[in-house]
Amino acid sequence: MVPSISRRAFIKGGLAAAGTVAASGVPARAARLDERRQLATLLDISKCVGCEACVEACREVNEEKKPNPRKPFPAMYPPRVKVEDWSDKKDVSDRLTPYNWLFIQSAAVEIDGKEKTLTLPRRCMHCANPPCVKLCPWGAAQQLENGIARIDADICLGGSKCKAVCPWSIPQRQTGTGLYLDLLPSLAGNGVMYKCDRCYDRVADGELPACIEACPEEVQTIGPRPEIIKKAHQLAKETGGYIYGETENGGTNTIYVSPVPFETLNRQIEKGSGRPHLKSVAATMEQADKLVAAMLIAPFAGAIAAAGKYYKMFKSTKEEGAPNE
Amino acid sequence: MNKDPLNRKTPKKRTFQYGYAALILLLALSGFGQMPIFKRYYIADIPGLGWLAEFYVTHYLHYLGAVLLIGAAAYVLADFLLSRRKTLQLTPTGLLLSALLGGILLTGAFLVLRNLPGFWFPPGVIIVMDLSHLIGVMLFLMATLYGILFKKSWTIAVHNHMERE
Repeated sequence: MVPSISRRAFIKGGLAAAGTVAASGVPARAARLDERRQLATLLDISKCVGCEACVEACREVNEEKKPNPRKPFPAMYPPRVKVEDWSDKKDVSDRLTPYNWLFIQSAAVEIDGKEKTLTLPRRCMHCANPPCVKLCPWGAAQQLENGIARIDADICLGGSKCKAVCPWSIPQRQTGTGLYLDLLPSLAGNGVMYKCDRCYDRVADGELPACIEACPEEVQTIGPRPEIIKKAHQLAKETGGYIYGETENGGTNTIYVSPVPFETLNRQIEKGSGRPHLKSVAATMEQADKLVAAMLIAPFAGAIAAAGKYYKMFKSTKEEGAPNE
Repeated sequence: MNKDPLNRKTPKKRTFQYGYAALILLLALSGFGQMPIFKRYYIADIPGLGWLAEFYVTHYLHYLGAVLLIGAAAYVLADFLLSRRKTLQLTPTGLLLSALLGGILLTGAFLVLRNLPGFWFPPGVIIVMDLSHLIGVMLFLMATLYGILFKKSWTIAVHNHMERE
């Protein structure tokens, strides 16, 4: 069964509304991130034929956002800092690179006793609580109110921390471009990190992300997260499928539904640099967040300890002074 | 030897001071460790300092340090308000350090809130808060160093202060 919201209905409704939110600029208020405003995508792996139309569309539509490094690259100190240059390998499309934000992964599996090759588009998962955004040292990685995680190429210094904290090591670095060239190019920074921004600018204009629009098989469906989760469960129930992305890293806005378990897929796909895994992922931010309760208790504990000391002191002073009173 | 009973170094005071110094060191190291610098500059290669290059470890330790700092700050503030207000007063250095520490705690609290799932703030606000926290810490460390080098205390006994004036 074809899942969920049709493209047309989506463009008319939800996306236009979400786009308006994004296009209306930065609201001058802090907000609880409303899950209904977060846009999630559902990817039905059983429909993907691996034609790479999405890969091509992504490259074409985002061409202007791609790096244009200045050469020669500045000498970097200390020498352990390695140049990462993809500018002569722009055509690489079988992995993630600064020039290729989406690629097709394939896995040879067995379904109902028959051998089959499954293909699936891979790109940034757009975590609901993205560590790349939360842990970026100074806010170059950003999350939009509609849940899209993007890296601002104008201010990213290319330290690659976002890649280190990403459970799937998604962002890719290009040396020789970005703000670091105007600061201390030899001593700090090393370019700009690039990854899928889920066509945030198109979404802001009420359009679909290029990969979704270009797909001839309608592999992807986009909509508010709760609806997409519901659709994913419905699809999994109908097809006896498996879900990935709903709970990974505390929940992502990219939900895959596969006819085979993801452990099987993960074993079969090619993994490594620029080729993310499909393992289950615990919430990376959760451990530290558990200490927040202690942070709330700490001021009271400190004040009570001081009050206790004061009471003891007051009592002993009173006792010492009692005969004279 | 300092004859002023309020400024005398008791073992308790000494323990508190060493503990405070260790805490600031932990917070400064784990805080600067939020930037990808310790591996680049070989500092994480020093035996025992490898954790400085582990972002989730420094993040956790920074939070742990923050719990202790918040508790200690609340204790010192409550202690000052309850029993030392009449006998001690902040020196200009103490006032500066307190203001900077207050700012660091407030911006830090914002960043903790930002990190919680489901909380969203405009990217511009996050950049301002990130930079304010970092600049606040750098100024605080410089002011602390100034205090150590020029033997400036946070507080001064009120009667001493009056006499000097």
